[in-house]
Amino acid sequence: MAGKEYRTITDVKGPLVFLNKTEPVAYGEIVSLRLSNGDIKNGQVLDTSDDMVVVQVFEGTAKVDREAGVTFLGDVFKLPVSTDLVGRILDGAGRPRDGGPEIVADEKADIIGAAINPYSRQSPHDFIQTGISAIDCCTTLVRGQKLPIFSASGLPHNDIALQIARQAKLKDSDEEFIVVFCAMGITAEEYNFFRSDLERTGALENAVLFVNLADDPAVERIITPRLALTAAEYLAFEQDYHVLVIYTDMTNYCDALRQIGAAREEVPGRRGYPGYMYTDLAMLYERAGIVKGKKGSITQFPILTMPGDDITHPIPDLSGYITEGQIVISRELHQQGIYPPINVLPSLSRLMGSCIGAKTTRDDHKKVSDQMYAAYAQGRELRGLVAIVGEDALNERDKQLLNFSGVFEDRFLRQSRDEDRTIDETLDLCWELMSSIDTKYLVRLDDELIAKYHPENRS
Amino acid sequence: MSKEGQIYRISGPVVTAKGMSAAMYDVVRVGHEGLMGEVIELHGDQAVIQVYEDTSGIRPGEPVLNTGETLSVALGPGLLTQIYDGIQRPLQTLEEQMGFFITRGVDADAFDMEKIWTFEPVVAVGDAVEGGQVIGHVQETETIVHKIMMPPGTSGTLKSIESGDFNVTQTIATLEDGTEVQMLQKWPVRSPRPYKTKYAPDTPLVTGMRILDFLFPLAKGGAAGIPGPFGSGKTVTQQSLAKYSDAQIVVYIGCGERGNEMTEVLDEFPHLIDPNTGKPLMNRTVMIANTSNMPVAAREASVYTGITIAEYFRDMGYDVALMADSTSRWAEAMREISSRLEEMPGEEGYPAYLSSRIAEFYERAGRVNTLSGEDGSVTAIGAVSPPGGDISEPVSQGTLRIVKVFWGLDAGLARQRHFPAINWLTSYSLYPPSLDQWYRDNINQDFPEIRTAISGLLQIEAELQEIVQLVGSDALPTDQQLTLEVARMIREYFLQQNGFDPVDAYCDINLQYKMAKAVLSFQDAAKTAMASGAALNDVVNVPARSALLRGRFEQGYADRIDGMVKAMVAEIEATLEEN
Repeated sequence: MAGKEYRTITDVKGPLVFLNKTEPVAYGEIVSLRLSNGDIKNGQVLDTSDDMVVVQVFEGTAKVDREAGVTFLGDVFKLPVSTDLVGRILDGAGRPRDGGPEIVADEKADIIGAAINPYSRQSPHDFIQTGISAIDCCTTLVRGQKLPIFSASGLPHNDIALQIARQAKLKDSDEEFIVVFCAMGITAEEYNFFRSDLERTGALENAVLFVNLADDPAVERIITPRLALTAAEYLAFEQDYHVLVIYTDMTNYCDALRQIGAAREEVPGRRGYPGYMYTDLAMLYERAGIVKGKKGSITQFPILTMPGDDITHPIPDLSGYITEGQIVISRELHQQGIYPPINVLPSLSRLMGSCIGAKTTRDDHKKVSDQMYAAYAQGRELRGLVAIVGEDALNERDKQLLNFSGVFEDRFLRQSRDEDRTIDETLDLCWELMSSIDTKYLVRLDDELIAKYHPENRS
Repeated sequence: MSKEGQIYRISGPVVTAKGMSAAMYDVVRVGHEGLMGEVIELHGDQAVIQVYEDTSGIRPGEPVLNTGETLSVALGPGLLTQIYDGIQRPLQTLEEQMGFFITRGVDADAFDMEKIWTFEPVVAVGDAVEGGQVIGHVQETETIVHKIMMPPGTSGTLKSIESGDFNVTQTIATLEDGTEVQMLQKWPVRSPRPYKTKYAPDTPLVTGMRILDFLFPLAKGGAAGIPGPFGSGKTVTQQSLAKYSDAQIVVYIGCGERGNEMTEVLDEFPHLIDPNTGKPLMNRTVMIANTSNMPVAAREASVYTGITIAEYFRDMGYDVALMADSTSRWAEAMREISSRLEEMPGEEGYPAYLSSRIAEFYERAGRVNTLSGEDGSVTAIGAVSPPGGDISEPVSQGTLRIVKVFWGLDAGLARQRHFPAINWLTSYSLYPPSLDQWYRDNINQDFPEIRTAISGLLQIEAELQEIVQLVGSDALPTDQQLTLEVARMIREYFLQQNGFDPVDAYCDINLQYKMAKAVLSFQDAAKTAMASGAALNDVVNVPARSALLRGRFEQGYADRIDGMVKAMVAEIEATLEEN
C-alpha cells in the first residue's frame, strides 16, 4: 500500500472523478476512494498530468463528494491467479461472490494483457465437436478460435452457449475444457440459469465464473472480461488447460464503454460509441489462441445481442471484423419453433478450412458442407419466387431445392437441447437429406464422394 | 532548450512532454523504459507525442529524450523474408528477447547487422556516382539480387570501392570528399523516396485470378481498393495476390487485423512456391504484422514503414506489389490519435486530413524511372473494411477518389459461396485502355473483344434476372434462356475460383483466355444447334460440357482444354441429329 490520501477532488462527472494532485501518478494506476461514510470504492487512472488526474470509478460515483479521500495504490490492476480459481465464483471486480475465501495467489497478473506475438502463435487446427450439426458441419469450431454468437433479445443464445459448453470436446477424446464464464450486465435470472445448468451437469467444478449483473456497477464491466481473460491465460499458458471462455453480453460491455467515453466528453464515433472501440474489443478478442510450445489454448465464445436485430450495428460489425467468423441466430427460425435456430447463411467460421478433412473429420466434410450450404441458399431464395409465381412454375431442379430447404431446417438444424451428434452422424445425415436431390444437381460433390457416401451406393 | 524534457501528461497512447526542444515528427524516448514515440504536435514548450508502446504505469515527471531523428526504416540486405511489427522491429527477435507476449521497451535491429554478404561492385574507382545509382550487387535470396545504391542526395567521385565479404555497416566505398558509403541506409518513412520521372502504366500485374486479370485488370504501378464487409473475402483475396501476382517483390502489411490470420500467412508462405520462379514465396516477401491489439500508434506507422520498404526495392528496378490489409484500421488509428489530441473532427469522427493522408499514401505507388535509370514500380492494393459494408463512409470514399481500380466485394456473393466474391456489376478498372495493347501483343489480338463479350453477357444477365424474379425462367424465350445458361457458365466456371484449390487457385493468363473462349464457343454452338431445333436441355447437358467444367480442377488443363472444347461442340452438334 503506497501513498498518502488526497482530498483534492474538484469535479465528479458520471463515473469519473477529477483531482488536483500533488505527486506523479502513473497512467492506469489503481485507486482507492474512501467516502465520508466509510465506504471504499475502487478506480483506475485514465488521464494523468502534473496538474490533474482523471479517475474512473468502477462502482459508480454515488455518494462521492469532494471530501472523499483518494489513495493511489502504486500499481496497475492485477488479478491474483492460481489453480484455486477453478470452481470459484467471483464478482465483476474479482472478489469472491460464493462466500468462499480470498484467492491465494501464485502470482499476480496484469489484467490488461499483452499482445501475443504473431510469430509465436500456433495456427489453430484442432476440430472441436460441439454435437450441434449446424455448427460442426457448416461453421466448424476450432480450438484457439474466437467465434461469437450474434443473437438478439428473446432468442435462445444462452441455451446454445450452454449446450456447447457441455458438449464441446475434441473428436475421439474425453479431454474436457475448463469453462471461464464472464457475465456482464446480465440479469440475475439469466445468471441463475447458467449457474444451475453448470451445477446440474457438474461443470461448475471445472469452471471459473466472473459475474457482473445488471444491477452491479456498469463501469465495472470494463474490467470483468479482462479479469476473466487473465484467469484464462494463466490456466491455459501456465497450467496447460484448454480453456473455453464464454462471455455474455458484449453489448452491455460496449454500452459501458460508451458511458465512459461520454463522461470524458470524447469525440464519439458511430452511434455514440468511442472511436477506439475496435481497438478495445480487439484487446479482448485477440486474447484467444494457441502459443507455440504451450499445451493449453484459449477458445472464445462471446455472445452479443444485436440491437434491433441489426447486424450492421457497430457492436456486431466491429466484432465481426475481429473475430474469426460468427454464428448468427435467426428470429425467423426461432419463431418456426426450430432449435437451435442457427441461420447458417450469414454464419461463418474462418478457421474451418484448417481443421476439416480426411485427417481430422472426414474426407467429404468440405464438399458436403459446401453443397448443403449452396442447396439451402438456393432453396431459400426460391421461397421468395414461389410466393409470387407459385410452386408449379418451378422446374424440376428448383422444386427439389425448395423441398430440400424445408428438410434442412426440420431435420438438419433441429435437434434437442441434449442431443449430441458426432461428426459422422452429422455428415451421414447430410447425405441422407441431400439424396432427395438428383445427383446431377449436386454439382459441388465429385463422383468419387458420391460413390463412397451416397445412400444409394452404400446400402 | 535541451534534448531532454519531462512528461507532463499521459492519456492512453498520447503523452505530452515539456521543457524539451523538438521538431515535428522527431523520434523521442519516453520514460525510464525508453518507449519509442514520435512528436505529432507542438504547443509552446510542450510537445505532444504518440507512443508506439503501451503507456500503463508511466508517470508524469519521467524523462523524455529527443533523438533528433525522424521515424526511419533501415534498408539493406536482410530485409527479405523478415516479419516486422509496425515500427520495423523483427517479431522473431522480439520473441527471443521477451517471450510470446509482446511487452515493451525492447529495441531490436531491423535485420542482422553482423551477417556477412558478398558484395560485387559494378562501378570502379574514379567513376562519378550519383544518389540512387547502383554501385554493386548482393545475392540476398535465391531469387532476388539486392542492388546496393548510393543514398539519395549523395554524389561524387569514387575514391575507393571494395569487393568481397562485408556486413551492412562496414564501409564498401568512399568518395573523394571523404564520404563513406555502407550497404545500410536509413530513410524517413513519411517522405517518399525520390525518382526521376513517373510513367503511365502499360503492363498488367498478372494475378492468376480470372475476374481480376480478365475483367478488372490492375496495372503495374497502379493502385486498387478492395472494400468489403466482414466475411466477404478481403483477406483471402489479398493473400492470393501476395501469393500469385507476378511482382518480383511483395510487401504485405497486416494492419490492425487478426493475430491468427497473420500466423497463417507466416506458416504458409515459407512452404508456398512462387509460380513465376519456382522458388519459395518467402524469398521475395517482406511482412509487416501489427495486429489489432498491438499498440495503435505503431499501426498508424505500419503502412508508411511498408511503403518505404516497397519504394526501396522499386528503386532497384523491381516491380513491387504492396498489400495493405486493412487501410480502415490505419484510418481508425489516425482517428484514435486525433481524438486524443482533441482535434476538431471531420466526418464520422475521422480527422479532417483523412482523405489527404489516404491520397498521399496511394500516390506513393506508381511506375517510375528510378534515379539509377531503371524501370521500377510499386503497385498498391488496399483493403477497406467499411462499417456495415456501406461504402459511403469516409475511408472508402477517400480511397475510391484516388484509386483507378475498384474490386467491390459483396456479402451476398460470399453467402452464395461465390468466391472471389467480387461483384462484376459494381467493380471497375480504368486501366484497360492503357493495357489493351499489352494483351493484344502478349496474349491474343482479340483479347479486348473477348473481354467485352464476356462483360456484356453478364450485363444482359443482370437485366434478364430482374424479369426472372417476376415471372420465372421458364417464361422466357429459349434464346434468352440460353443467355442465362451462358452467363451462369461464366459465373460458375470462369469467375468463381477457389483460392485454396491446389490447381485452380492460380490460373495462367493464357488459360484464362482459352476458358473465356470456351464459354463463347459453347454459346455459338448452342445457338446454331438451337436455331436448327435442338432443345436447350439437351445442349446444356452434353457430357463433354461437364467434363470441360470439371476439368479446371485437374493438372494439365491448359493442354487438354482445346480438345475438350472441340468434343463439346461436336456433341452439341450431335444433339441435332438425335432429334
